[in-house]
Amino acid sequence: MAEAAQQKVASAAADEVAVELSGVHKWYGSFHVLKDINLTVYARERIVICGPSGSGKSTMIRCINRLEEHQRGKIVVDGIELTNDIKKIDEIRREVGMVFQHFNLFPHLTVLQNLTLAPIWVRKQSKAEAERTAMHYLERVKIPEQAAKFPGQLSGGQQQRVAIARSLCMNPKIMLFDEPTSALDPEMIAEVLDVMVELAEEGMTMLCVTHEMGFARRVADRVIFMDEGQIIEQNAPETFFNNPQHERTKLFLSQILGH
Amino acid sequence: MAMDDVVTPRYAPGQHPALPAPASTVGVVGWLRANLFSTGPDTSLTLVPFGVAFLAAAWFGGVSIMGSIVIGILIAVGVRIVARVAFGNPVIDNTVLTIVGAIIIFLIADVLLNFTIFDAVWSASGRADCAKSPDGACWGFVTARFSQFMYGFYPDAERWRVDVTGIFAIALIVPILFGQGRIRAYAVGLFLLAFPIVGFILMYGGLGLEIVPTNKWGGMMLTLVIAMTGITASLPLGVLLALGRRSDMPAIRNLCIVFIEFWRGVPLITVLFMASVMFPLFLPEGVTFNQLLRALIGVALFSAAYMAEVVRGGLQAIPKGQYEAASAMGLSYWKSMRLIVLPQALTIVIPGIVNSFIALFKDTTLVLIIGLFDFLGTIQTGLNDNAWAAPNVPMTGYVFAALVYWAFCFGMSRYSVRLERKLNTGRQH
Repeated sequence: MAEAAQQKVASAAADEVAVELSGVHKWYGSFHVLKDINLTVYARERIVICGPSGSGKSTMIRCINRLEEHQRGKIVVDGIELTNDIKKIDEIRREVGMVFQHFNLFPHLTVLQNLTLAPIWVRKQSKAEAERTAMHYLERVKIPEQAAKFPGQLSGGQQQRVAIARSLCMNPKIMLFDEPTSALDPEMIAEVLDVMVELAEEGMTMLCVTHEMGFARRVADRVIFMDEGQIIEQNAPETFFNNPQHERTKLFLSQILGH
Repeated sequence: MAMDDVVTPRYAPGQHPALPAPASTVGVVGWLRANLFSTGPDTSLTLVPFGVAFLAAAWFGGVSIMGSIVIGILIAVGVRIVARVAFGNPVIDNTVLTIVGAIIIFLIADVLLNFTIFDAVWSASGRADCAKSPDGACWGFVTARFSQFMYGFYPDAERWRVDVTGIFAIALIVPILFGQGRIRAYAVGLFLLAFPIVGFILMYGGLGLEIVPTNKWGGMMLTLVIAMTGITASLPLGVLLALGRRSDMPAIRNLCIVFIEFWRGVPLITVLFMASVMFPLFLPEGVTFNQLLRALIGVALFSAAYMAEVVRGGLQAIPKGQYEAASAMGLSYWKSMRLIVLPQALTIVIPGIVNSFIALFKDTTLVLIIGLFDFLGTIQTGLNDNAWAAPNVPMTGYVFAALVYWAFCFGMSRYSVRLERKLNTGRQH
């Protein structure tokens, strides 16, 4: 099983690299949050990142679109190196979509306006074109009838699906998910995961911070386990769940799968 | 209620529809139950005084049935109030407040209406006419002086120019306040770019119009010029200062902090006085700087500093996630401020912004101390006129000023309520 995973990674290696982090360190004040992170993500790869809270997993993916700044090491996204150059940062952000734990929809805009804002103002699309794309993605996340409503009138699950559609409207090459189901009621988690599974099946490059282990088993090419700012272990899901290598991983898995 | 339980039909599990709330908890019946008939003793405390008063009035007083009912209700409510006060009921409820409020309003209205209407002198040609009814207002003074209150010392023959400017202003402000979409955007553009130039040429002169120096400007016209300039300049300036104060760039941040704290730290009177007396000392000899312009700049910068802090309050209320979502989509700083953050932040602080506007409108009266005669200034000048030296004239002038200022400020306040309601539709978080 481990070999199969290796092969999968190896075959992906022939593809282009989507994201590369090499020797990345980050500190919050004197607190060392990311310690020597080395990670290569290939195009169309689906990666699930898990680990205890405070392990640095959110910080790591937030470094990829520069919501957090790294202090040492190198991050290359879609062939562009992240530096202080604001133009390069904006270039990367156009190609990288992000879905947040708390949705972060814009409450003063309707669902449709939430979806068309970035395509119109960043991609310079016409309003009609942006609205066509927006309705297309709203249909894909199965809530086209909510287009005229404000986010505050939707359920949590619907809001998160709108947030996913909003990112997709920018036609991103890479999608980052930062605990997308952690703020949802159990009944709503399924509807959001369904959308994410569909997206994975279509070949989107995805990095998901999540504790939905069912999702990880079903769609991930690789599961990464982080603790105390380091990548402890990464493996194909079968190996990761059935034959974890490190004691820390075993403990973590026994705790979250134990119930 | 037990009776409700009996008549409510039973539904299979999962089939129970949402039913309307019982009539006893909402509407008039709900209010009466909550306030007059909530318990047994409570009910008797209402009904017994009513019954006694009704019977007494109808049988022994010879009052009609309707009259007796009214007397009964009044007595019943009176008893309730006394009971609440005497027995230390912890809740002074709406009934009590309503009655007390009504009494206070009646007393105030009595004094006000007598002064402004029933005892007022409506036409007068001088102090002798005014003195005929010293307990009432002398509106003849206001009508005789009205054009000066409006235009100050602006020459009679040229006053049409001020009127035309006023009409332009109204024609632009109405679509800005009540218009939609494109029309509103055009009105804002014209108001900010074209109107100041056209208005200045019309009122000051040039292009074939006779020059009217600003020291001839006065009255309501001057008040509106200062207030409108202050309001229009302070909001955008305040927004920029607020954004600057939250900037990551230390130079900009510190500059904004120093600016805001300086202007907030000095009284407006000082600002105006410095602008009028000290400022010319710094200018090279022969260079003069218009007195009104100095006041305008002083007022605008002063209120911009206050506005900045109001807006900053709104910016702080916007969750970090909004900034992050905007950045993550690739929106630049200015675009995310303009499209995401400011629309939300400014909506939150509408009450504070309008508060500042109202304060600014009233603070324009302080220009009197640097020799500009605004609306209040022209009224006070009128009071010094010997021809109108009657005891009720000063009171008339100040009541008139108060009414006019109140009307403007109340208008702004109502508009802000309207705007808040409009912007809040369906946007609950």
